[in-house]
Amino acid sequence: MSVQTAAPAATVAVMRAERVTKEFGGLVAVDDVSLDVPQHSIVSLIGPNGAGKTTLFNMLTGLYKPTVGRIVFGERDVTRSRPDQITALGVARTFQNIRLFGAMSAVENVMIGRHSRMRAGVFGSIFRAPWVRNEERSVRERARELLTYVGLRDAQFDQFAAELSYGDQRRVEIARALASDPRLLLLDEPTAGMNPQESAALTAFMRKLRDELELTILLIEHDMKVVMDVSERVTVLNHGEKIAEGPPSEVRANSQVIEAYLGKQD
Amino acid sequence: MRELRALLREWRDALHRRVPRPVLRLIARVPAGWWRRILAGAFIVVGIVLPFLFSESSGFMNATIIAVAYAVMSLGLNVVVGFAGLLDLGYVAFYALGAYSLGWFGSDFFFKAHLHVFVHGVAAQEVGIHLNFILILIAAAIICAVAGMLIGLPTLRLRGDYIAIVTLAFGEIIGVVAVNGTQIHLGSGMTLTAGNLGISAVDSPWFPGLGTFNVLNLRPWYWLILGILLVVLFVNVRLRDSRLGRAWVALREDEVAAVSMGIPLVRTKLLAYSIGAAMGGMSGAFFGAYYTTVNAGQFAFGFSIFILAMVIIGGLGSIWGALVGGMLLGYINNYIIPDVLNSLPSKFGLNFQLTQVEFGIFGFLLVLVMLVRPQGLLPERRRRMEMTGAIGAEDAQLVEASSAVGPAGRSS
Repeated sequence: MSVQTAAPAATVAVMRAERVTKEFGGLVAVDDVSLDVPQHSIVSLIGPNGAGKTTLFNMLTGLYKPTVGRIVFGERDVTRSRPDQITALGVARTFQNIRLFGAMSAVENVMIGRHSRMRAGVFGSIFRAPWVRNEERSVRERARELLTYVGLRDAQFDQFAAELSYGDQRRVEIARALASDPRLLLLDEPTAGMNPQESAALTAFMRKLRDELELTILLIEHDMKVVMDVSERVTVLNHGEKIAEGPPSEVRANSQVIEAYLGKQD
Repeated sequence: MRELRALLREWRDALHRRVPRPVLRLIARVPAGWWRRILAGAFIVVGIVLPFLFSESSGFMNATIIAVAYAVMSLGLNVVVGFAGLLDLGYVAFYALGAYSLGWFGSDFFFKAHLHVFVHGVAAQEVGIHLNFILILIAAAIICAVAGMLIGLPTLRLRGDYIAIVTLAFGEIIGVVAVNGTQIHLGSGMTLTAGNLGISAVDSPWFPGLGTFNVLNLRPWYWLILGILLVVLFVNVRLRDSRLGRAWVALREDEVAAVSMGIPLVRTKLLAYSIGAAMGGMSGAFFGAYYTTVNAGQFAFGFSIFILAMVIIGGLGSIWGALVGGMLLGYINNYIIPDVLNSLPSKFGLNFQLTQVEFGIFGFLLVLVMLVRPQGLLPERRRRMEMTGAIGAEDAQLVEASSAVGPAGRSS
């Protein structure tokens, strides 16, 4: 029953969940889970379906408030902060089932991601002051750069998001998340529905993001190849509880993890 | 659609044959972005010149004035329902508050007060509060913006139909307060409203150069509401293509994704409510002055639905749709039914007038539009996408599902 806590003590945690619990009525979705995401690392969150991974994500991004516990981003307690405030602090995310704004173009979707870094208000927009015009132009320009960066073609920039292919929608979602200049990027099953080649490309892309944009990445992932390949640390949830934590090689050998995934051996 | 395009091509070719080459070259040299400005300028000029084609007090001018005022309300409601996707069934409340702004600040209703700001003639001598009409417009916009936020607050945690119910109740509350305002005493014998008796003898607008407006010459009234319409149109267009306009669309499409991307939910929604309300309030203040009375009986629930019908018939979320929808229903309600076709049933030997069944006619029109053109007369491109795109997505799913069956079937 030993929970492994092989935390590299030297690095600073960008985001930390301290003993958080989330109850929905009588159901305990996340039970007393602590999680450290060290700066400039890629951390994976794994576990069987219904283990509480996405619930934990939703607490980290402010969509849910923990029943018990504390969430700290950098030096700041964000337990009670609103999602948009947390985004403004530097956390961005994608969704398990892609949640793009279907009737907005790819560029507009990415521009929405930039919302928290823009200043134009009601009167600025009505009178379209020169600085508002400039802001709008530079954000549009930046959105196009980001779309190029994630691998979209120019011709797709002004297409409605709903008209893009599944893979391209995933790309736009990452570009939208990157638009807010995050320090921490949360990816909820980014390789879902991808073939092995696409998954491998995305794995490489995550490393590139970390190194080029100096990002920290927290990842929910089912594809074990991706998890073992990319992450420095892995946290395993089962029935809302943390059952293991550590480097991929250790987690892979953990008997409780094997049990959770494959069932108990007699 | 194809015939229309062919027809347009024919006209264009005919034009090319007749217009001299230098002129064509000049036209070709106009930058693309300028065409919209030229078109807008032409519309404004036609709008300003229009009253000279009719007599000063013609019935058609009267209908036009009311239709334009409706369009202003329709544009305001379109911000709330069309842009932000918040179904508001209590919009009549802002008509009421706008009209009462005029009643309060432009008549002898508060007879203990003495305040005159930039007014002329009779209004300058009477007791009560008398502000210049422009100031009343601003006051109406501010009062309605605040009221819009108040109505917005309880709906923030609600979605869809539940928002509709809360706003409906708000509209009813304002209506009931208007009727019973005679019982609400503000001291010194003054009350909040005059109930069904109405606040009459309100000030007519006065502007230097145009003089005091009167019923015999409708032209100044028309130019006034046209000015309000242009301001509201300008604000609509600018906001639609702004950071705020994008945020509204994002919230309408997916609230969870929108707040996760950094859009403040409360602020963004309340801004939609208050901006939409302010526009309704300005139109309400104009109606108060134009009808020369502010009567509680004007603010019935049916009016909210009437304005909503304008937005829907025009095309939800479309600025030009809201404009056309508002004008169209305005003309049908105030010109075509009462003036043009009213005696039609009697010609067929039927013993009623068309005005008696006008709500039936509107219902029929609404059903007809929903059947023939559910996206509205001038649909917005996003809404068109939302309506057709949903079907496309389902098709795509079907395709994926059937292709997924293949390998699974083989492996078993």
